[in-house]
Amino acid sequence: MTATALKQDIPPKAWQLLCTKADLVAFSGVAAWLETSEGAAQVALFYLPGYGNELYAVDHFDPFSNAYVIARGIVGDLKGQPVIASPLYKQHFRLEDGQCLEDDSVRLRTWRVSFKGNEVWIES
Amino acid sequence: MATPTNLVIIGNGMVGHHLVEQLVESGSLESIRVTVFGEERHRAYDRVHLSEYFSGRDAESLALCDGDYYAHHGITLRTGEAVTRIDREQQEVVTTQGRYPYDQLVLATGSFPFVPPIPGNDSEGCLVYRTLDDLDAIQAAAKNATNGVVVGGGLLGLEAANALRGLNLDTAVVEFAPRLMPMQVDNEGGELLKEKIAALGVQVLTERATQRIEPGDTSRLRMVFQDGKILETDLVVFSAGIRPQDTLARECGLTLGERGGVVIDDQCRTSDPAILAIGEVALWNQSIFGLVAPGYQMAKAALATLTGGDMRFSGADMSTRLKLLGVDVGSIGDAHGTQNPGARMFRYLDPLTQVYRKMVVSGDGKKLLGAMLVGDNGVYDTLLQYYANGIELPKEPASLILPQQSGAAPALGPDALPETAMICSCHNVTKGSICATIDSGAADLASVKGATRASTGCGGCAALLKSVVDHELAARGIEVDKSICEHFAYTRQELYDIVRVEGIKTFSTLMASHGNPETQRLGCDICKPAVASILASCFNEPITDAAHVPLQDTNDTFMANMQKNGTYSVVPRIAGGEITPDKLVVLGQVAQKYQLYTKITGGQRIDLFGARLEDLPEIWTELIAAGFETGHAYGKSLRTVKSCVGSTWCRYGVQDSVGMAIKLENRYKGLRAPHKIKFGVSGCTRECAEAQSKDIGIIATENGWNLYVCGNGGMRPRHAELFATDLNDEQLYRTIDRFLMLYVRTADRLQRTSVWRENLEGGLEYLKEVILEDSLGLGSELERQMQRVVDNYQCEWANAISDPEKLKRFRSFVNDARPDPSIIMTSERGQPRPV
Ligand code: SRM
Ligand SMILES: Cc1cc2nc3c(=O)[nH]c(=O)nc-3n(C[C@H](O)[C@H](O)[C@H](O)COP(=O)(O)OP(=O)(O)OC[C@H]3O[C@@H](n4cnc5c(N)ncnc54)[C@H](O)[C@@H]3O)c2cc1C
Ligand code: SF4
Ligand code: FES
Repeated sequence: MTATALKQDIPPKAWQLLCTKADLVAFSGVAAWLETSEGAAQVALFYLPGYGNELYAVDHFDPFSNAYVIARGIVGDLKGQPVIASPLYKQHFRLEDGQCLEDDSVRLRTWRVSFKGNEVWIES
Repeated sequence: MATPTNLVIIGNGMVGHHLVEQLVESGSLESIRVTVFGEERHRAYDRVHLSEYFSGRDAESLALCDGDYYAHHGITLRTGEAVTRIDREQQEVVTTQGRYPYDQLVLATGSFPFVPPIPGNDSEGCLVYRTLDDLDAIQAAAKNATNGVVVGGGLLGLEAANALRGLNLDTAVVEFAPRLMPMQVDNEGGELLKEKIAALGVQVLTERATQRIEPGDTSRLRMVFQDGKILETDLVVFSAGIRPQDTLARECGLTLGERGGVVIDDQCRTSDPAILAIGEVALWNQSIFGLVAPGYQMAKAALATLTGGDMRFSGADMSTRLKLLGVDVGSIGDAHGTQNPGARMFRYLDPLTQVYRKMVVSGDGKKLLGAMLVGDNGVYDTLLQYYANGIELPKEPASLILPQQSGAAPALGPDALPETAMICSCHNVTKGSICATIDSGAADLASVKGATRASTGCGGCAALLKSVVDHELAARGIEVDKSICEHFAYTRQELYDIVRVEGIKTFSTLMASHGNPETQRLGCDICKPAVASILASCFNEPITDAAHVPLQDTNDTFMANMQKNGTYSVVPRIAGGEITPDKLVVLGQVAQKYQLYTKITGGQRIDLFGARLEDLPEIWTELIAAGFETGHAYGKSLRTVKSCVGSTWCRYGVQDSVGMAIKLENRYKGLRAPHKIKFGVSGCTRECAEAQSKDIGIIATENGWNLYVCGNGGMRPRHAELFATDLNDEQLYRTIDRFLMLYVRTADRLQRTSVWRENLEGGLEYLKEVILEDSLGLGSELERQMQRVVDNYQCEWANAISDPEKLKRFRSFVNDARPDPSIIMTSERGQPRPV
């Protein structure tokens, strides 16, 4: 297979504007709608001013309750890593890579996000 | 290098897997090559907790190891491949896929459910309860069924009955013997058990022998009994005992017991020295052991046999404690007293609380030989220790099973246990080995568990293990860690005092000054809501203020309870349960407009369910305009003050209970506490408001009000206790102010008043001294604090809708106005419900 064919199979990742800093809530989460080439996704965005990457994006979908609620959980740190606790059944997910701490086999999708001035950009 | 021994294990159940773990842990795999055959498609899983499959656990979470465990250790696991024959001459096992050589063979084939030879027992809808696949079959059959029958009223039968009930089937249990659980309980116990289970809506038919099963008229099947009676049902689950799965052994000529089971010696060797047997298939000293702990012991003995160790199997205790259909049943040793001639029985039967306890004691009254418990397993641990360790009984053995007038039951303290006392029989952990683990550095429960694996099997020993570990840590001067979480090395009460004394007003200040610097100092879902509640109890600032927002549980953040599909419920305050027709109309209109499900709650008010996040502000704007305010149904705070109609209308009423309920609800609404608080006010002793089941109960008298405290409904109901009599209105408020503030200050997080009271040293007398006699001189301070909370009250919803910044929170998506498309409703009985 040639390099060009590969490129067509997997569309290149691109950065897009998601929302602004004013939409975020410090030390908590909000949900945002993301259109990607693979369809729409609901993204949970967490803003931790002064900590690590400051911005984290994980799936808003909670695989334990099958509801879109992750952004409405409580942010914290466990064993030195920032985590989000699901508001329904309280499982913890690492913000860094979406890994569930209670169940090795469960991991939330994550996206790269960053600030451009007051704008929040996401890679999808 | 010598060629490794070829070890083949037939059966990948609980015991076969335990042997594999033992092999891995002992480091024997270098010289032993292991192949495991499992007939089931799943790798080994926790059969003991099989029923949890119906309450949401899946095969993966029941599995006993990670998916790559076997491969990782170089072990070949062939699931879904049954061994069909053992060729002892060639030393090979045969499957449909091929032949595999062995030097050593271990049979761990477990048992199979016995299905009585009744004509029609193979009809569609006749099932058994042993494997994950069985449970899938039951679930599938239950889909179009309305009722189900379990044949067999033993331990597993009742567990199966519970499962059918959980699948919403009308459930009956048919037992051949005259009582349920004939192996574990006697006639009295069986009678009581039957009553209790019947009260749960499960029909119990004893002394019923099924003669045949044929197609039914109203249901799929009809069971015809010996006495000619019939029972129609859609499905039948046979749970009439288990039989050792010894077919392979029988066909290759190993010695079996008269009633089956592969005969083994103390080293788990069968009549062929190259073949061992362990678990439920093995017959040792004429006995089959149908529990997992003895199987694990056999696995350990088998390991010793294979690797040259000296551990031997020496029998096992069959004592069990269970909760079947929510009913405690315990059986220890010779529970029937039939194996010990000359034994004496002590019996205690309380027909009101439905508790039955029996002790079998040696002729001289010194040793416990057995015991039987129905309805309450509270004394199980203590009795088991007397039994298992041969501890001499107290002078009056009866005191062990008689109800205790005051204080706790006479538990056998962990210090009274000898070093040899078995704490966890699943993993063979004694008190001595726990002490050794602590001495070599384990400083908390988790590390003791990790090092010894105690309490990671059936879980039955959890409470005992904790008390032994706590006691041993304390005895070594190691402080038992009561920290609320990894971020603060304080209890809730200590944090409360810090906040109050230092006047700390935000989480970040508290974290900066008192948080654990080893963490990232973000907090977590334990400490953040707890601190939020403490801050609110002290200062009562709106919880939606920016500094407090990230601390709250979603229910507090959005001031509504989250439902399972991500929608929220709306519960306006209806103080005392009194509501005007106009307001009722508004509730109806709002529910219609926003398509909400409406229900009268158990707390005398109206709950509107299914509100979308983005609709909450508008819904509340409309409700507030009509004069409603938040009902704090989401907060750890005052919920409702339930009232009866009282003297205004009722011919018996002696005071205006509705008026008092409204005054109290308005006084304490918004008070944030360690847990929710409920009140009740009744207009006379007939007690229509059920005040004695509330945290605060008030019952009118000719002369004023009687105050009851620390009642609870819910999971563990507790009657409130009479605290003060004939109070006038002012005295009543003052007493409640002090009481509640003391609770707020000193209770642990998520501790209702009832649990707080039970853990309070000095008990009710102490509470009376502090609150009624002001023995600590705290009275006026507590009152002042309460007054500040009362004065600072504002409706959180009114506060939120007046602030555009706070309303931004209520968007489903910050970059899109559309609602969450995954929330889909259907309709049931004329109202919406989640699909
Ligand atoms: C709506 C209601 C059921 C109903 O339809 O009647 C209800 C619904 C819930 N109850 Fe309740 N309880 C309701 C009356 C009760 C009662 C009866 C009463 O208050 O008289 C009790 C027993 C009395 C008691 O508490 O002592 C009750 C004992 C519980 C418990 C067990 C508490 C305990 O101490 O054991 C919980 C669990 C908890 O709080 O940890 C609970 C928790 C819940 C939660 C919050 C579960 C949750 O976390 O999602 C439910 C929220 C529903 C929602 O989304 O709004 N609910 N709950 C009732 C609301 C009353 C109200 O108007 O505020
Ligand atoms: C619902 C339920 C609840 C229970 N609750 C408790 C409890 O509370 N406490 C307790 O101590 N015990 C309990 N038990 C019993 C406990 O599960 C058993 O004691 C334990 O599983 C026995 O382990 P085992 O390995 O001997 O047999 P099993 O776990 O049955 O494993 C045997 C395995 O061998 C396989 N096999 C059989 N023949 C072949 C063949 N020819 N080739 C390949 N594979 C084969 C079978 O498919 C099975 O997977 C419960 C059992 C059930 C069903
Ligand atoms: S408690 Fe007494 S006053 Fe209240 S409704 Fe019942 S009978 Fe009437
Ligand atoms: S006794 Fe079963 S886990 Fe300890």
